[in-house]
Amino acid sequence: MKLDAKIPQGPLEEKWSNYKKTARLVNPANRKKLDVIVVGTGLAGASLAASMGELGYNVKAFCFQDSPRRAHSVAAQGGVNAAKNYKNDGDSVYRMFVDTLKGGDFRAREANVYRLAECSVNLIDQAVAQGVPFGREYAGYLNNRSFGGVQVSRTFYARGQTGQQLLLGTYQALMRQVDKGSVQLYSSHEMLDLVVIDGKARGIIARNLETGELERHAAHTVVLATGGFGKIYYLSTLAMGCNGSAIWRAHKKGAYFASPSWTQIHPTSLPQSGDYQSKLTLMSESLRNDGRIWVPKNLEETRLANDIPEEERDYYLERRYPAFGNLAPRDISSRAAKERIDAGHGIGALKNAVYLDFSKAIREQGQAKIAEKYGNLFNMYEKITGINAYKEPMMISPAAHFSMGGLWVDYELMTTIPGLFALGEANFADHGANRLGANSLLQASVDGYFIAPYTIANYLSDQIKVGKISTQDVAFEVAEKEAHEKLHHLLTIKGKYTVDYFHKKLGKLLYDYCGLARNKEGLEFAIKEIKKLKEEFYTDVNVTGTAGAMNAELEKAGRVADYFEIGILMCYDALTRDESCGAHFREEYQTEEGEAQRNDEQFQFISAWEWPGMVDSEPILNKEDLTFEFVQPTIRSYK
Amino acid sequence: MKLYLKIWRQKDRVSEGKLVEYTLDNVNTHMSFLEMLDTLNNQLITNNEEPVEFDHDCREGICGQCGVVINGIAHGPLKNTTTCQLHMREFKDNETILIEPFRAAGFPVKKDLKVDRGAFDRIISSGGYVSVNTGQAPEANTIPVGHETAEAAFDSAACIGCGACVATCKNGSAALFTSAKITQLALLPQAKEERDQRALKMIAQMDKEQFGHCSNTEACEVECPQGISVLNIARMNYEYNRASFLKFKK
Ligand SMILES: Cc1cc2nc3c(=O)[nH]c(=O)nc-3n(C[C@H](O)[C@H](O)[C@H](O)COP(=O)(O)OP(=O)(O)OC[C@H]3O[C@@H](n4cnc5c(N)ncnc54)[C@H](O)[C@@H]3O)c2cc1C
Ligand code: FES
Repeated sequence: MKLDAKIPQGPLEEKWSNYKKTARLVNPANRKKLDVIVVGTGLAGASLAASMGELGYNVKAFCFQDSPRRAHSVAAQGGVNAAKNYKNDGDSVYRMFVDTLKGGDFRAREANVYRLAECSVNLIDQAVAQGVPFGREYAGYLNNRSFGGVQVSRTFYARGQTGQQLLLGTYQALMRQVDKGSVQLYSSHEMLDLVVIDGKARGIIARNLETGELERHAAHTVVLATGGFGKIYYLSTLAMGCNGSAIWRAHKKGAYFASPSWTQIHPTSLPQSGDYQSKLTLMSESLRNDGRIWVPKNLEETRLANDIPEEERDYYLERRYPAFGNLAPRDISSRAAKERIDAGHGIGALKNAVYLDFSKAIREQGQAKIAEKYGNLFNMYEKITGINAYKEPMMISPAAHFSMGGLWVDYELMTTIPGLFALGEANFADHGANRLGANSLLQASVDGYFIAPYTIANYLSDQIKVGKISTQDVAFEVAEKEAHEKLHHLLTIKGKYTVDYFHKKLGKLLYDYCGLARNKEGLEFAIKEIKKLKEEFYTDVNVTGTAGAMNAELEKAGRVADYFEIGILMCYDALTRDESCGAHFREEYQTEEGEAQRNDEQFQFISAWEWPGMVDSEPILNKEDLTFEFVQPTIRSYK
Repeated sequence: MKLYLKIWRQKDRVSEGKLVEYTLDNVNTHMSFLEMLDTLNNQLITNNEEPVEFDHDCREGICGQCGVVINGIAHGPLKNTTTCQLHMREFKDNETILIEPFRAAGFPVKKDLKVDRGAFDRIISSGGYVSVNTGQAPEANTIPVGHETAEAAFDSAACIGCGACVATCKNGSAALFTSAKITQLALLPQAKEERDQRALKMIAQMDKEQFGHCSNTEACEVECPQGISVLNIARMNYEYNRASFLKFKK
């Protein structure tokens, strides 16, 4: 299929306003007759559901947590970017656009990225009006901090809980619509399948997680805002329930999946301490402003950190990237850590971490100053590890964090299934091959508040003539039956191993072969191994309980079953991209100094994968060529 | 370490529950409390028994989804810490640990350790917001908010909605939760227009749910993972009285 991104005509700055000028509208009287399903109530989903409710559409919103306020957007700490230029330091929409495009290693669409920067200013206005308590200066004006990879201060923050505060603002807007009756809320519901009728997205099959009942929900349009799937690596900074199932089911119904292998691995998470471990906690990147990263020069080092003299420490980031040092971008810092750990210099019980050392900063600035800046993080570190980081260095290590990939969408955020939209981390759109810090809270919010309400209206404008969609359609019947059979199948295997056992194995394979560094041989091996593991899962997993009641194991089993297939696609994606770009580092394509080597001539495109129609057939690659009209791709260098 | 667990098991909302005893060997002190429960569940599944249902998601203390009563204390022995952030080094070898759901009339048990906290959503829905539609907002810096005020609003806004306050209160009161939202918004100029109505509506909704009254024992603040202050409750009472008085005057 020829992929048309539907980029509007005109100069970069005018594309979005041109689109809005000509987009079709829906008569207010007709809106309540149009049904909209929004799956996901994170920043992207809740902001859309609230906005559509305000406009008068008939909205149903779904989430698997027991309340929309718990979507994983809640966990974002650092901040949200906006080109307000409040600091008068030369920021502008254009500069933010260039930073984001460059940060993404020129693997995103210019028009989308520009629109993201353009709408960023409105988001801050909206959030402030909702009562989001952003950090303020003494005069009462909004404050900013700077974040990795840029030279201006454009990051707005609410202490270390920016995601929580933004989400609560959005959640409250959503609950206001729930009270008004324009949004019906389905918490503790999980989407199990997408229903497509005559080629258009017309509804979903959802499971009520408390009762186990399967439900049919019909609508004129379906929106997936189901977040990232980094939990596929098992150990990640994501929440336990984060999953790829909703977008994967949509993929199997015809939605293309773009760049699935582009995963951001965050450099400063707490390391794994044992095989019982269920998640990796992120330590804010801001720590790298004052912490110095090092490993012992000696292999098999047995001394404690404080006993290792200065000259026997390797400050490898400062050594390799003197210009940026400890503040080198995420992909580069994570990769450098892996390189040292693989070379045998890792520290900690499992030799899987590096030191983040504050002794110099404490000597120079005093402990009080460091406590003022990072006190809460030091406390959190002590709570989790039992170690006082004022006295000895922290131990950190890289962790899977963010999915740049997701469902392919055009400029309208519509997938290749007409009437199916994807928003927030669930789509692939704006971050290219590497996301800049504080840009994804922004993207999720902007998609939901300011973009999709226009583009969905454009789609819905001629849907009024279709009339109510019936859940009695045979497509619903088939989808429900399939969902039912799948659940029952999982329950009848009755093997020896738990779901987690398989998930951990899959995660390890992906970390080792489709993580920070990839190569052809490893990826081919991983594809084979994941296929084997999947077979083993279907013969040897043990899922207890029943489908007709609350059953957390069954929920997990369904998600892991999809993860095998997503994992295989990730490996194919990484395998076919014979270049290194952003977070995708193919060992065969690096410079002599070990830096990423992009290949614009052959790979300046987005990989959009098509489901081959049959499990175990090779996926079909479609390409969306990227053209750069306004900024010429350059080589990222942080030396 | 080795642990003796007594865990509340309850099939569903209507069934009666009971405490069931389990023994768990090989618990690592670095495990989080929930990882200890994962370990127990793995053992149960391997023996073809149904695992214990418990709530959790982020496992980093911010989503508010987790929460059980451990040895009689909501979220366990460590102050200002959610269940997911509690680690096994806080317990002793051979200790017996009693694990129950958050109990309150306003939080019916759904299964085992999971409770229904939907009442919190309904309280927010009744008025815990600013009525501003998408697109209506003025330029952000046209509404200055003093540093101290913004910080105080943040302190109240930091609530994670876990419900430990309700579980801790001997009356099962939701006063701390409700007051934190009322206070946050009462402090901010952009939320002032709806201040009186908001207080009246949210308190009316709180009373409609099965929550008890606040009798100022202040136990809630002690167990709150975010350290939300009971001063919020005083502020709520003030807001309520003020709004009632103004309404009466009209
Ligand atoms: C620890 C951490 C820190 C971060 N810090 C920052 C930061 O400082 N700045 C920044 O910009 N970004 C940050 N990010 C990234 C950012 O938080 C996310 O990309 C963003 O919040 C995603 O929002 P979302 O609305 O797309 O998805 P989410 O908030 O994850 O919401 C997903 C929603 O989908 C629902 N859902 C999922 N699957 C299903 C299903 N099958 N059925 C029904 N419902 C389903 C969930 O219930 C949930 O409501 C961070 C991420 C993490 C993990
Ligand atoms: S699991 Fe999110 S707060 Fe504990």
